[in-house]
Amino acid sequence: MNLQPGAAISGPPRSGATTGFEPAVDGLGASALRQEGDAGKRNMGTASTNFHLTDQAGVSAAPVLTVTGLSKHYGESLAVDDVSFDIAGHEILGLLGPNGAGKTTTLNMILGVLEPSAGGIVIDGLNLAFRRRRALERANFAAAYAPLPGNLTVWQNLRVFAMLYGVSNAVERVEALLREFDLLAFRHTKCGVLSSGEQTRVSLAKALLNRPRLLLLDEPTASLDPATAREIRSRIRRFASDNEVAVLWTSHNMVEVSEVCDRVLFLARGKILLEGDPKTLPAEYGKATLEDLFVAVAREPLTLED
Amino acid sequence: MPARLRRIAAVLLRLFYLLRSSSARIVPLFAWQAVDIVLWGFISQFLNSVSAARFNFISTLLGAVVLWDFLVRCLHGVIIAFMEDVWSRNFLNLFASPLSIAEYFSGLVLFSISSSLVVLAMMVGVATAAFGLSFFSYGLMLIPFLLLLFLFGIALGIFGAAIVLRWGPAAEWLIWPIPALLSPLACVFYPLSALPTWLQWVARLVPPSYVFEGMRQVAAGHREPLMSLLVGAALTTLALLAAGSAFVRVYHHALRTGLIARYTAESVG
Ligand SMILES: Nc1ncnc2c1ncn2[C@@H]1O[C@H](COP(=O)(O)OP(=O)(O)O)[C@@H](O)[C@H]1O
Ligand SMILES: [Mg+2]
Repeated sequence: MNLQPGAAISGPPRSGATTGFEPAVDGLGASALRQEGDAGKRNMGTASTNFHLTDQAGVSAAPVLTVTGLSKHYGESLAVDDVSFDIAGHEILGLLGPNGAGKTTTLNMILGVLEPSAGGIVIDGLNLAFRRRRALERANFAAAYAPLPGNLTVWQNLRVFAMLYGVSNAVERVEALLREFDLLAFRHTKCGVLSSGEQTRVSLAKALLNRPRLLLLDEPTASLDPATAREIRSRIRRFASDNEVAVLWTSHNMVEVSEVCDRVLFLARGKILLEGDPKTLPAEYGKATLEDLFVAVAREPLTLED
Repeated sequence: MPARLRRIAAVLLRLFYLLRSSSARIVPLFAWQAVDIVLWGFISQFLNSVSAARFNFISTLLGAVVLWDFLVRCLHGVIIAFMEDVWSRNFLNLFASPLSIAEYFSGLVLFSISSSLVVLAMMVGVATAAFGLSFFSYGLMLIPFLLLLFLFGIALGIFGAAIVLRWGPAAEWLIWPIPALLSPLACVFYPLSALPTWLQWVARLVPPSYVFEGMRQVAAGHREPLMSLLVGAALTTLALLAAGSAFVRVYHHALRTGLIARYTAESVG
């Protein structure tokens, strides 16, 4: 990450419009990325939006992630209860909810590391249950509770995961991401001795290695300082808007969520209670801020259910 | 490189990085087996000096120890490689990637066999130089011997990985003693006939016993024990299939219960 003065004060990463046409200034730039992306499959049009417009030709408006009727039982308890949603390319969906709401459980099912009790997951047209490998090739994730192995250096870890994800020109890709996430100085440092914020940046670099179409981020900025967090947010926004990436983002920072997310889902006790634009949703429910709405939903989910 | 091979190579590369970065991983690779060879070399020499000269303990006893340590090393190769991902809590990262279970184990097995062959060369070198073992006097029969021991070691390793995945990292202490528990039944140091009859039947279910019986036959100049090696091969195949299916079952159990996603010492066992 280039923490140049200019970058830090360049204001909010998005200016109202959800298409986000921030200039690509670095290794994640659009041109660099599209050289390698399978351009045929991707909508290269700059006019694509993040709304679920099914255009008549049906070319590319299909969502990148479709989740239908997803449920997860742990014995008697129901951690996720009949959850359905989708995310389009360019779109950042915030998954909000109190502790234990089922956010991580939902993410783990989408990552193929937790078997749903019911429901289906389709990533980029590929059903995860039947085409796991192909589907996972197009996804990636970062989470504070899943740091890369502490006994390898930053470079070694990224190199290994680049191979696992079948990244072509892996060395250049790793170099670009090291620069991107301000990790050049830690190239030969073992991940285990990095600070948690630095480890988060390594995880994010790993999450972008394969230029995923679906990016899952579980509280990605939880351990970052405000300046770094802001920089990371704008970077991920740019990545999403430049590459028709769908992002699923969980966070407890409501200011961040309303800044970053195009749409939010409120999850409580495994169920989706609310869905909408984080900018307008609070007003619709007579609340001043997203945080007020969150507190209300977390406290009294039933009164908001209808 | 095809994508599948590249993922297997990634598993290997991680293990190579780990080995390269720490002598604490390299030294034990050689040290214990070297000590074993020296110990049994002296024991064999001593037994040769006190017994009638018609029996050569170097080729039977020391040769058997070399082969047995090779099997143990194959087992440890798989388990250590697997434990590296347990210790560093790497399962979520690994299994959320396109890597399949078969590819993952292919990587572990390749790591195991390559490191075990290096250790075998070291053991043969020490045993030959210090105690005059002529390892290659077994001739071509060495190939099926080593192959069966390798495959059975891998089967034990996969089985051990299944146990650790199912019952948590603490269960590694169930895995390390497996060779010690098996060695009486594998008939490494004595012929099958030295066991009580009922134990002989148990030993006949342990594939390495066929290798060690065969080895003693060859050393004594008898006919090549092809039939009994075939039985040993069949049992080894069964062991591999059983271990593989045990792991797959445990893996699916872990996928259902969320163990893979949260595999830590605190959450399992
Ligand atoms: N492996 C598991 N076994 C049993 N219960 C679990 C497991 N994982 C999560 N849970 C439970 O499922 C619920 C949802 O958890 P989680 O998805 O982690 O919530 P969140 O990420 O929204 O805070 C919680 O009540 C949690 O205790
Ligand atoms: Mg969570």
